[in-house]
Amino acid sequence: MVETHARDAADRTAATAPGPQLPLRARRSRLSTAMRPKEPISRPLALALTSGCFLLVLALWSIVSYGELVDDLFLPTPSATADRLYQLFANEGFAGDVWSSTRRILIAFALSAVVAVPLGIAIGSFRAVQAFIEPLVAAVRFMPATAFIPLFIIWFGIDETEKVAVICMGVFFPLTLLVADVSANVQKNLLSIAYTLGASNRQVFTRVLLPACWPGVIDNLRIAMGWAWTYLIVAELVSAETGIGHSILNAGRYMDSETVIAGILTIGALGLVSDALFRLLHRRLFPYAKGRR
Amino acid sequence: MGAIQIDRVTKVYNADRRDVLALDDVSLTIPDGEFGCIVGGSGCGKSTLLNVIAGLEPPTEGAALVGGRPVTGPGPDRGMVFQSYTLYPWLRVRENVEFGPSLAGTPAKERHGQSDELLAQMGLSEFADAYPSELSGGMQQRVAIVRAIANDPDVLLMDEPFGALDALTRSGAQRFLTNLWEQRRRTIAFVTHDIDEAVFLADRVYVMSPRPGRLRKEVVIDLPRSRDPEVLTTPEFADYKREILELIHETAAETRA
Repeated sequence: MVETHARDAADRTAATAPGPQLPLRARRSRLSTAMRPKEPISRPLALALTSGCFLLVLALWSIVSYGELVDDLFLPTPSATADRLYQLFANEGFAGDVWSSTRRILIAFALSAVVAVPLGIAIGSFRAVQAFIEPLVAAVRFMPATAFIPLFIIWFGIDETEKVAVICMGVFFPLTLLVADVSANVQKNLLSIAYTLGASNRQVFTRVLLPACWPGVIDNLRIAMGWAWTYLIVAELVSAETGIGHSILNAGRYMDSETVIAGILTIGALGLVSDALFRLLHRRLFPYAKGRR
Repeated sequence: MGAIQIDRVTKVYNADRRDVLALDDVSLTIPDGEFGCIVGGSGCGKSTLLNVIAGLEPPTEGAALVGGRPVTGPGPDRGMVFQSYTLYPWLRVRENVEFGPSLAGTPAKERHGQSDELLAQMGLSEFADAYPSELSGGMQQRVAIVRAIANDPDVLLMDEPFGALDALTRSGAQRFLTNLWEQRRRTIAFVTHDIDEAVFLADRVYVMSPRPGRLRKEVVIDLPRSRDPEVLTTPEFADYKREILELIHETAAETRA
């Protein structure tokens, strides 16, 4: 398969060769390659498609807003939104809101992960732990975190603790179950082989089971980060003095849809950044894991 | 060094609240240093038998003995290779080979020396720093075999190790294994459902019948060593193959009746 990789690489270089020089038949076959399920496409083509999609959305937005098909009370123009975004950061201390939101996320996410990852691995690895705690975790997962907000306000008031609690409530339980799944899916033969090589129970756990889990754990942390943003905004919409969610809600009261959209775009950008950081971490930590990423 | 003895082993599984008899009073001996192949259709308990020898599953009755000592659990004296790819994907080839010695606390320097030598002997030096995902299936299984012998075990247990390989790769892997065995002469218990493979590799073939798993017959393969693929076309090879095939068909017919 070392040879196959080399051949794939050669194919890829061939596919990325500049288009115009290609005879027509080759160009047509490239199109048919793109239509073949699961067939890889060249990197420039992938980039073109990705940016094309963003441009398409921007174009639609422009047509609807600049064309005044919709009142700008409901949908401001892209340039007005961009200007508003600039104003927010430059003159209205929006960076402080971004920071207080990010801080809440980081604290809540760290707290959830520090407990959910070991607990999940234990549930997936040890039948006794699974029998003891999994049904409870699975049951609580179906209780919406948002329904706990009034209770958290009674318990913690409306300061930082309450917001962190809402995020933890939303992230911790599903994350635990996903991590449990990762460790339950570690191939049993990997463990058996370690025993036949002379490993103790402890060595099987630390030297086989844990390393086998890490890539899946990091992947699920990345996914859980998305949920954390959702619950953060919910928490901030309910009660907050600072934060992106607070700014959005406040702007909504004054029908200021420019600020609302600017806030939403900021959250989207932060989400993309955290996603990219997790992917980078995955690539750095697990150079052996090849494939789609 | 050690012979593998199976002494009246019975294994009952509890599946879906019903008891399933996987092995029914099986006794066999693979003499010290010999290559034994266990063949039979699916459900004959051949993999279970191997797991009992490895100590991964306890027998319900009877015992497995290796070198005269009863098996009580898995240990580094019995190396194992599975059909599924079990190299640790996060370790390079060299680190996989050194995994057993590192568990035992062998100092790194000594380990590297051993693994360098082993990989060189087995013609795998060029892959020492590759990750398993960069190797073909045939190469991965070769490394898995080298990993098993890096502990210098008394016996090797192999559960259809070449079952997932294509015919050509498989033939190469078989010669790899026979070369290794001729150099080192460890007792091998090799499970397969491929009769050509069994006759080509084995000193003795143990034919098992399914549901419940029983030992049907032991066939001594008296073909000269070292064998090369030409042996596959000799009349003697065909005779052995026919004998074993007939045994398997008979048992299949009886089970259906």
